[in-house]
Amino acid sequence: MIRGKVWTFGDNINTDLMVPSEVTYASPEAQARAVFQANRPGWVNEVQRGDVLIGGRNFGMGSSRPAARSLKNVGLSCMLAESLNGLFFRNAVNFGFVAMECPGIHELFAEGQVAQVDIDNWLVTNEQTGTSLPITPIPVELRSLMMEGGVFSLLEKLGLIEPGKAKAKQ
Amino acid sequence: MGMTIAEAILARASGRAAVSPGDFVVVNVDTVVMLDTSFFKTLRKEVLKVHAPENVAVIYDHVVPAPDQAAAEAHHYGREFVKKFGIKRFHDVGPDQGISHAVVADKGYALPGTVLVCSDSHTCASGAFNTAARGIGYPDMIYALTTGKTWFQVGETVRYDLVGKLRPGVSAKDVFLHIANRFGEHAGQNIEYGGPGMSTLSMNARRTMAAMGAELSAEFVTFEPDELLINYMRERTDRSFVPVVASPDAKYRARHTIDLDQLEPLVALPDTVINNSRPISEVEGEKIDQAFIGSCANGTLDDLSEAARVVAGKHVAPGVRFLITPSSQAVLQAAAKAGYLQTLIAAGAVVTPATCGACYGGHMGVLGPNETCITASTRNFKGRMGDNTARIFMASPATVAASAIAGKIIHPGALQ
Ligand code: SF4
Repeated sequence: MIRGKVWTFGDNINTDLMVPSEVTYASPEAQARAVFQANRPGWVNEVQRGDVLIGGRNFGMGSSRPAARSLKNVGLSCMLAESLNGLFFRNAVNFGFVAMECPGIHELFAEGQVAQVDIDNWLVTNEQTGTSLPITPIPVELRSLMMEGGVFSLLEKLGLIEPGKAKAKQ
Repeated sequence: MGMTIAEAILARASGRAAVSPGDFVVVNVDTVVMLDTSFFKTLRKEVLKVHAPENVAVIYDHVVPAPDQAAAEAHHYGREFVKKFGIKRFHDVGPDQGISHAVVADKGYALPGTVLVCSDSHTCASGAFNTAARGIGYPDMIYALTTGKTWFQVGETVRYDLVGKLRPGVSAKDVFLHIANRFGEHAGQNIEYGGPGMSTLSMNARRTMAAMGAELSAEFVTFEPDELLINYMRERTDRSFVPVVASPDAKYRARHTIDLDQLEPLVALPDTVINNSRPISEVEGEKIDQAFIGSCANGTLDDLSEAARVVAGKHVAPGVRFLITPSSQAVLQAAAKAGYLQTLIAAGAVVTPATCGACYGGHMGVLGPNETCITASTRNFKGRMGDNTARIFMASPATVAASAIAGKIIHPGALQ
């Protein structure tokens, strides 16, 4: 069970907002410091490890930039949105960031409330109001990839890419 | 049960008789396209094996010619990479280089009825060739490169039937702006274009519409095959292919008819294209600092020809920077031969080599604070082309060219 404080975002939040052009080729650390600097300056200093992001429709639209990696690196434990852009979702799976769709989620939470996310039973609950919503299940193949740190560790195991340095960030 | 084009291609690629929305499929990938962005130190992994080097293309486009040392290092690394794995389809800075989706088109790498992946979101551009082409992230690209496979979750398909013919001065970009405004985003869904009006659209026009599908968050954007496509492919490749059509009883989430005759030039207001386009009359007079024509969507020879037609014998307004980036060096050369470059440069335009450059705010045309730009490229997100306070309007090449001359947003037909 994941339990975390909620940050709410609206519809059509794009990946240029998560990985601005000026840090496209910067280090993962520098990229993480620039998340949402255009639309929510200072947010990266407020977000706490374990927090949960709640998005609107079409979250993550836009480029193939590794936005999900940055959301993981700022400390978010997971995110839920009305709907996700397919490319953003692919990157989430592959970088091991838990991102899920949950129609109705935007109405369920006000910013600052606490979410309980039960991935085994695909259920999210608002701790303050006690109301719950079902999460759209993720295919089992992707779920294990997402929860076990993403695709690179799999490719390392298969001997297809060189093993990364011990605990370096992806 | 009948299948849409995307479903039929995914069924074929996954070795199944049929797939339907909601299915999770593992498919064989026919073509993998890598970019210079794949080789940056901050992202790259050391690849130990390439599944099928003959099915891989490496195309330098985002950061060309190398504007700094990090890009130069990435380019250097990539050159060693293609040598090491014997990749023949390599498009380094030079006459064969261009924005990946334009090079893939021109070289005939995207075969009808096949699966193509590339680590760039506008890969759906190759859907113009009846290809299930999808932008994927770097990790997915490495997976496809090393295993020859990838996965998809089959989405529902929205079908657009095109009828009629565009009026002069109205372009494929306006068709897209109309669809984005009227029907909004398509996250998780495929888009399928067909209908009797499709034959009136050039391959370049189809590619503009297919590329822009990324802005609707579509999974796959596919056009029906027709004679124009088959001839286009035959001129470019010896490889065999089998185009795919939708079955008559294919199931669509929705089906819309687009009457091309009825469309007018539109402009998208800053920050998003989703439900955000207006007739030009509503923004006419908005002063601009920069006008840009380029990108994988609008750097084609048709686009440069249209821009040249609009600005011929006129001059760019004082204080306006009019930048043009052809989508490939081949397009640049063809535009020179056809005389378009001479017309554009004489009118005061600055023509750059083929690059993603200004489109993503990388280099050669980055916007400063509080500037206003009108662009015929792919994205008008806040901060996309430079400073967060810059405003980016999006329109067709004709509208952008006319606005460059007027110094303000103007209907291409209103230019004196
Ligand atoms: S031209 Fe722009 S949209 Fe197209 S691939 Fe390059 S950066 Fe992406």
